[in-house]
Amino acid sequence: MIEQLAAVDQSFFTDRSSGNCIQDNKLFCPGWVVDNYDRYVDPTLQHLVLVGSAVAGGFLIAFGLAILAHRHRFLQTPFLAGTGILYTIPSISFFFLLLPITGRGSLTAIIALTAFNLQIIFRNITTGLRNVPPNVTEAARGIGLTRSQILWQVEIPLAMPEIIAGLRIATVSTVALATLAVFANGGGLGTEIVTGSNITFKTGIIVAGSIAVIMAIVFDGVLLLVGKLLAPWKRKQAIS
Amino acid sequence: MTAESVSASPVRFESVTKRYPGADSVAVEDLSFEVPAGEICVLVGPSGCGKTTALRMVNRTVEMTSGDILIGGRSVKEGDPARLRREIGYVIQQIGLFPHRTISQNIGTVPALLGWDKERIAARSAELMELIGLDPEYGDRYPAQLSGGQQQRVGVARALAVDPPVMLMDEPFGAIDPINRSRLQNEFLRLQAELRKTVLFVTHDVDEAIKMGDRVVVLKKGGHLAQYATPTELLMEPADDFVEDFVGADRALKRLALMRVRDVDLWTAPLAQAGDPSEPVRTAVAAAEVPYALLVDGENRPQGWLSERDLAGEQVPATPDSSADPLIDADSVLRDGLATLLQSGSLYAPVVDARGRLTGVLSVEIVSDFLASDEASESELSAAERPHD
Repeated sequence: MIEQLAAVDQSFFTDRSSGNCIQDNKLFCPGWVVDNYDRYVDPTLQHLVLVGSAVAGGFLIAFGLAILAHRHRFLQTPFLAGTGILYTIPSISFFFLLLPITGRGSLTAIIALTAFNLQIIFRNITTGLRNVPPNVTEAARGIGLTRSQILWQVEIPLAMPEIIAGLRIATVSTVALATLAVFANGGGLGTEIVTGSNITFKTGIIVAGSIAVIMAIVFDGVLLLVGKLLAPWKRKQAIS
Repeated sequence: MTAESVSASPVRFESVTKRYPGADSVAVEDLSFEVPAGEICVLVGPSGCGKTTALRMVNRTVEMTSGDILIGGRSVKEGDPARLRREIGYVIQQIGLFPHRTISQNIGTVPALLGWDKERIAARSAELMELIGLDPEYGDRYPAQLSGGQQQRVGVARALAVDPPVMLMDEPFGAIDPINRSRLQNEFLRLQAELRKTVLFVTHDVDEAIKMGDRVVVLKKGGHLAQYATPTELLMEPADDFVEDFVGADRALKRLALMRVRDVDLWTAPLAQAGDPSEPVRTAVAAAEVPYALLVDGENRPQGWLSERDLAGEQVPATPDSSADPLIDADSVLRDGLATLLQSGSLYAPVVDARGRLTGVLSVEIVSDFLASDEASESELSAAERPHD
């Protein structure tokens, strides 16, 4: 491990052609970026996997919990409290708590990030389901939809804007938080921010940070678009 | 709709009782009555009288505690409630259209549940939109893009989608403004004259009950049946003090809601078309029931009232001094016709059919004569025997 990091450190300051910029550690060295963009490919892909798995996992679990809590109202409070605790545990402590069980690696990071996500997504799904107008579900029942038909054909489609809103918050937060995965040896863009013990090379931090910001913006945009596609009726309300 | 496709079943309440768990008193007690197939039966009463509970026990959105309800001789308790509900049209006050589905999809909800294929659903949606008088282009719109009145029409269309033998309507026009409510009521009566469904209709408004019902169930607090009668019987012979109070002191005026404008003897006014010589019109005015002549077009549609000044010239002018407004729909009830007259401050108003053609002239005097006449009650009774056609 240590040797690996040392090797990384070595390559950091040798073999570079940008002249004084790096020696002086100026705020941003474009020349270095041009020479080194390839070193960001793997961390970016790892970051995508971390975020993707954590949001997908968080969504599946939170969705299941939300459906259960929707059917059985008494579960709402314990679920909210449980996910609330997971949400509050700082991710870094979570990594260390998980170390004895899942060891160092991306799985540990994904579990911690997923746990963090649950609360946000769960809250939004339950809010969305609760906000379905009662007259709509009453009419649905009255004209002969079964309970599960009401859930899948009426309540979930109507809750979709809130569900997507929850996914957007969760995704953007996770993109930022996943930079900490490096402390669990989980890879991701954090490896380019914290390189070994070195967190002083400004250009590296700016590039890795920018990739994370762009990733967050792209995810957010894509989800916004998906949300609009899944809720076409929301757009047309103004027209008449 | 051909006569063969018309389907309606009688609905029979047999000692139906509903006691909500934890409640001290019963919501509905030992309620029995039968609605013949193809009639509108209005359940009316003060709030807390159990009328909505009674209605909702028919499609089992509320389960009865004891007794039975039979639709076409079959107990609603048999089988799966969701399947039962698909065979019963259901319209509620808040409409409850699905905001995320287009108008066509909303109307096609129950057909889709029953597994109809897409073409059949689309054809049925289009047919129903025509029936409720909604432009086909609305089919792809969402409920939020429609007015309240249009949404309620769609609610009725959705309830009619699979041609159910029975329809339940829970204060369907309660949230609509008075002018549109009256229009929707008239439309529904016109529709019903064609469809002849068995309709159970809940309202707290006695006027609506009298206007809409072939029969009226008056319920007292606690779901006791106070009277089950035709609207005329209700107004002429209230069963007890409660019904008399509930129907109100203005019973005489309410009788006006039993008669349609087209059912009374209207007056005639001298008619003239633009360009006619004025002289014979002046002569006719002097002798007529209505002391003004009406300008009509080639289709006999009223264009305006002709004043003395209009008729002073050689020929009848094309643009008279006063317009023909207000026009009264021959299908509206006498009460609404009188209200129109009083609101506009006119003594006379032309009565027109659905195509806008003149059928006669209504005057305040006709209405007061009608109320004073002995034959009023007789003609009401005969009208009640063949209601709403």
